[in-house]
Amino acid sequence: MSASVGKQPLYLKAAISGFVILWLIVAAFPFLWTVWGSFKVEADFFSRVGWWNAIVGTRTELQTGSPFTGDGYYGAWVTRDFWRAVVNTGIVTISVTAISLVLGTLGGYALARSGHKYAFWILIAALVFRAMPHITLVSGYLLPFFELNIWGHLATSIIVLVAINQPFTLWMLHSFFLSIPKDLDESAMVDGCTRFQAFRLVVIPVMWPGVITTGLFSFLLAYNDFAVTSMLLSQDNQTMVPKISSFLGSIQEQGNVMYAVAAVVSATVPLFILVLFFQRQIVSGLTAGAVKG
Amino acid sequence: MPHKTFFWFILPSVVAMILFIALPIASVVIQSVYVEHERVLVEVENCGPFGCSTEVRVDTEATEQLRSEQPLGRFNGLGTYLNRAHLAVEEVGTIVSTSASIGEALTRIYNLPFYKAFLFTLIYCFVVTPLGIMLGFTIALAVNTIPRLLKGPVIFFSLLPMIITPLIGSLILYWMFSSNGILGATLQTLFNDPTLTLRQSPALTWITLLVYGVWTAAPFSFVVFYAGLQTVPGDTLESAMIDGASRWERVRFVIIPHLAPLATFVGLVQLMDNFRVFEPIVGFSSEASATSLSWLVFNDLVGQDSQAFGSAAATSVITILGVVILLTPVLIRTWRDFNAKGA
Repeated sequence: MSASVGKQPLYLKAAISGFVILWLIVAAFPFLWTVWGSFKVEADFFSRVGWWNAIVGTRTELQTGSPFTGDGYYGAWVTRDFWRAVVNTGIVTISVTAISLVLGTLGGYALARSGHKYAFWILIAALVFRAMPHITLVSGYLLPFFELNIWGHLATSIIVLVAINQPFTLWMLHSFFLSIPKDLDESAMVDGCTRFQAFRLVVIPVMWPGVITTGLFSFLLAYNDFAVTSMLLSQDNQTMVPKISSFLGSIQEQGNVMYAVAAVVSATVPLFILVLFFQRQIVSGLTAGAVKG
Repeated sequence: MPHKTFFWFILPSVVAMILFIALPIASVVIQSVYVEHERVLVEVENCGPFGCSTEVRVDTEATEQLRSEQPLGRFNGLGTYLNRAHLAVEEVGTIVSTSASIGEALTRIYNLPFYKAFLFTLIYCFVVTPLGIMLGFTIALAVNTIPRLLKGPVIFFSLLPMIITPLIGSLILYWMFSSNGILGATLQTLFNDPTLTLRQSPALTWITLLVYGVWTAAPFSFVVFYAGLQTVPGDTLESAMIDGASRWERVRFVIIPHLAPLATFVGLVQLMDNFRVFEPIVGFSSEASATSLSWLVFNDLVGQDSQAFGSAAATSVITILGVVILLTPVLIRTWRDFNAKGA
């Protein structure tokens, strides 16, 4: 836009570049710093002397003989069984994403193709449900779940996360389905498909971009959740995020905060990769809801 | 689409939402009017060589039985809502009648746990949301002018603070701001004050929490505004330029009005999201200086000896009411859009 409308004077260009660089530092530096620091010992990453130690690793070299150490990672993954949490997170996030998408595409398709008033009211209800703070819902689950004896299992958390995810999934898929012309499924039905066959064989194949984008956000919600997984999972079934928070409770006193730092970095890596490969889908997903209104 | 087909398509999704969103809300409302059973007390007569004495003891067995028979507890009406840990009606009354000045009264009210959390939640909401939008807008304007080749990487790094797990993001900042971390130590040197730590300075805690909030909120606004900027009509901009509008005037009178509907959307979404601020309180371990409504619920639920379901439920209901109030403008807007589309 601005490129077509006039050139910028030099001082403006400099100011803009400066601002962008500043923002990049603010956005990215904390991550780089923590990744770098996770390979040091605590006396360096939380140095009483000065932050320069964290960069060169003075104490790390004294304690381990090399400026980099994997002790934090070893402690977290092996000593404290972080790998178990990683496996649990994998199970939870993949199940949540898959189930959410199955339910969401069915529902979103129905909402997009039904012109009746109740479809609108379901969408409104979903909007209200989406705004509910998760922790308040959790306080509604706990007592019934204890009574029914289903507290602590991975399956319970998966179903709960799928349900919490539904409002958002429905809205997003509904707006993606709206962008697919009605004629497509209607002509399939004229050719003899049932409604479900038309949905399954004709609409879904052209919906893949929308499904992938929505799937990314379902994945993120399940992956990033703390309220549900920390309250509804027993100790053995903990996923990464509650596991990290339990590190803080027990480990900070033992002076092994580096386990938590290593675990935090480990949990950030998948998100990095996700953004790296799906940046376009994430951006389009964020803007889909907004730009369309 | 016929009603019957619609019904079968939407059924699984609606059942999931009713079971795990609508029913829990109902369950929270019911739980909030009950409180935990008191322990069953029995009078026991101890007779020894020096006569008899009566003693009151806790009957553990009877207490356990009562608890398993009626897990909800005993009916308490609105008692939980009005007690000291929530709306504290009595305490507020006493404070108002005994305080010398309004300032003193407000300070004393602020020290009540519910009002403390409520005030932080509101301030977080109404500081972070506009600042995040403004920062996001500025970044969008700046990124829009840089060479095409650089845009991809810049957007990649900009997305990170938003995509990051909230608890992990707040821990990362917490470690940097802690007194031995890079930013915390730098601040101490800068202000030449070795006691300036997150633990000792509530003001610093508040500021870091707000900084964290803006840091995670800005990328969302940035992405939405950046997409919006691509749709600004070039003709309007050009004619504004021919009419002699300066760079700033073009932003003020062409771009901002064009993006205003987006800004309302972003603002409302973020207001709702910021109202449930929770993970940063845990990540920054800031409960001594700053708490939020969601954190109060969490704190009741993780109680070591007994989980205070009634208390958590009452806070939850109040929080839900808050969300609904914030949500009303969104609902009205959606309603209007829908009617406009129908007409």
